[in-house]
Amino acid sequence: MRPRCELLDRAAVEQALAQALQLLQRPGIQIGGDRVASLLSSSGVPIDRGVARIREAVALDALQTAPRSFPLYDRSGRAVVQYGGDAVHFAPGSSCAKILDFGATGPRETQARDLVNLVRLVEMLPQYAAQATAVVCNDVPAEIGDMYRLLLALRNSDKPVVTGAFTAETLAAMIEMLIIDAGSAEGLRARPRAVFDVCPASPLNWSEFGAENLIDLAQAGVPAEIVPAPLAGVTSPVTLIGTIVQHAAECISGVVIHQLASPGAPVVWGGAPAIFDMRTGATPWGAIESAMLAVGCAQIGRHVGLPVHAYLLTSDAKFVDTQAALESGISAVLGAMAGIHMISGAGMIASLSCQSLEKIVMDAEIIAMTHRLLDGIGLRPDLPAQSMILEAVERGSFLKLEATRRHFREEQYLPSDVIDREASQSGSPAQDAASRAHARVAELSSAYRAPTISPEVAGAWAEIVNAKAAIPEMR
Amino acid sequence: MRQAVIDGAPDRAKDLAARALAAGIPPLAAINHGFVPGIHHVGEEFGKRTLFLPDLVMAAEAMKAAINVLEPEMARRGSHREVLGVVVLGTVKGDIHEIGKCLVSILLSANGFQVHDLGTGVSPEKFAEKIHEVNAGIVGMSSLLTTTMQGQRTVIEFLHKEGLRPRVKIMVGGAPVTRRWAEEIGADGYGANAMEAVALARRFSDAGVAAVVP
Repeated sequence: MRPRCELLDRAAVEQALAQALQLLQRPGIQIGGDRVASLLSSSGVPIDRGVARIREAVALDALQTAPRSFPLYDRSGRAVVQYGGDAVHFAPGSSCAKILDFGATGPRETQARDLVNLVRLVEMLPQYAAQATAVVCNDVPAEIGDMYRLLLALRNSDKPVVTGAFTAETLAAMIEMLIIDAGSAEGLRARPRAVFDVCPASPLNWSEFGAENLIDLAQAGVPAEIVPAPLAGVTSPVTLIGTIVQHAAECISGVVIHQLASPGAPVVWGGAPAIFDMRTGATPWGAIESAMLAVGCAQIGRHVGLPVHAYLLTSDAKFVDTQAALESGISAVLGAMAGIHMISGAGMIASLSCQSLEKIVMDAEIIAMTHRLLDGIGLRPDLPAQSMILEAVERGSFLKLEATRRHFREEQYLPSDVIDREASQSGSPAQDAASRAHARVAELSSAYRAPTISPEVAGAWAEIVNAKAAIPEMR
Repeated sequence: MRQAVIDGAPDRAKDLAARALAAGIPPLAAINHGFVPGIHHVGEEFGKRTLFLPDLVMAAEAMKAAINVLEPEMARRGSHREVLGVVVLGTVKGDIHEIGKCLVSILLSANGFQVHDLGTGVSPEKFAEKIHEVNAGIVGMSSLLTTTMQGQRTVIEFLHKEGLRPRVKIMVGGAPVTRRWAEEIGADGYGANAMEAVALARRFSDAGVAAVVP
């Protein structure tokens, strides 16, 4: 039996969906730019002063044409991520502008070298199904920042990548880089290796850039992940259910634009909803209510049959400390039990603003434990267990049973040294989790081996990036 | 033979031991060059955490199965096995916990010690009796409870009374036991876990408690 977490009953889900569909007509969705306006109006969606009023039938059609599931592929062409079914995957959080070095008293600005280190570390951790363009490269010209991040991920990893574009122009160049990676535009369409996060602005607003991203991605057959980030009480209703309704309307409107551009193109019902701290004005993505929002939003997404994504496994703590562990652990377990196909957020602290290598390895342990939970309590061939107990009584110990030796590896996840399970303190001084994680970062980083990439492919990528701007020496 | 121990296959180990005897291989050679390398390997891999407790226990079972076949022939030939030391091990009186103690026993065996495991709830008299009987050089005592760890002191006092204390090195362990406690009761060493117990026994051995036993 697979453990599951649902926070809304069926009636509530249907009611929330019905209300979301109503929101698409009243007040409607603000849209920016002529291109999306033309796409919508040519499909019978009336637009009045930049507000699209999407009828229920149009919305339901779009939800029907969107695929129920799709894979992401690694460099070798293996489908290693499945957006759909019972699959649950994890990736680091995206686009932090800061990183916390081990032992530092505060974060510093991220540079290209930090992304390289992070990508290489994630490559060494099988718990992560995908890479993310996890930090901003502050030492790289802003006009090529998004392309350069993708370049570093592709050069240093074989895994699929969760990424995103900063401009419409660079999106085209990034798609071109992925076409080179796949060998052809058809190859990319058939075996996509990247998914692009595209964010509406809450409440109920698609900027020209966001909407055009959706159109371009759909037409290229590159998966789009719609990631609304409504903040309860500020950019969405203060009630959790109200925010879930608005989030659904934002996702559906994105799916409509996307599917009208190319019916059947892969799209994800994503999200980074959060509550708002009325004492400080901060946005606590580590709060239990933010995790509840993610679970509720995903429940609506699963109900309409779309692959789902959310930001979880993250913390508002400023260090890799007890708060970081508890917020990350709780939300990862909830998200996984909610059946969220891709959970972003690992490595993040300080309310999605800061990455930490030590947290990446600590979160890898949380991910492994979460997967163990999802595997549930297996009914092994030994059930009924009486025969095993009788044999142990006869032989004097369960440790002497072949069944013990055979099954313990299946029954138990054996964590790395990041998790301290020593029976008691041994002779060497005990370390805290962050220190053990730091040692693991060093160990994994030194064992990293770069992927094999043909000089032609690497050269073609560099050419695309160089065409946009002079860049620092490639590291 | 080595692989039979690594695989934790007592039946195969027993069969190989019998075949070795039938082929005229000296039993001591079969143990030292056939089976012991297997238990050493398992012990080392356990230390590196690439093999685990069930592997260790099953390897010890395989080793025991082989030795049971070979020992009568060794006795007949009068051959002796060199060991790093003779250890008497037990959980003190009033305490029935033994997993940690068993682990120490297995690891000591894997590392070349001859271990006489008295089990749980062992009285001071039984410790003394066994030390006499097997001419032990090392005594290991375990207790899991704060209420029973006092029993470790009682055993040491009894060994003093019996005049046995100078003959043996005493090591203590168990969840509530600390280095300070070991010093307080006059033990010679404390091991926080099974690996430390082995390291401690090796230090005792280096200091001159090695023995040749039948």
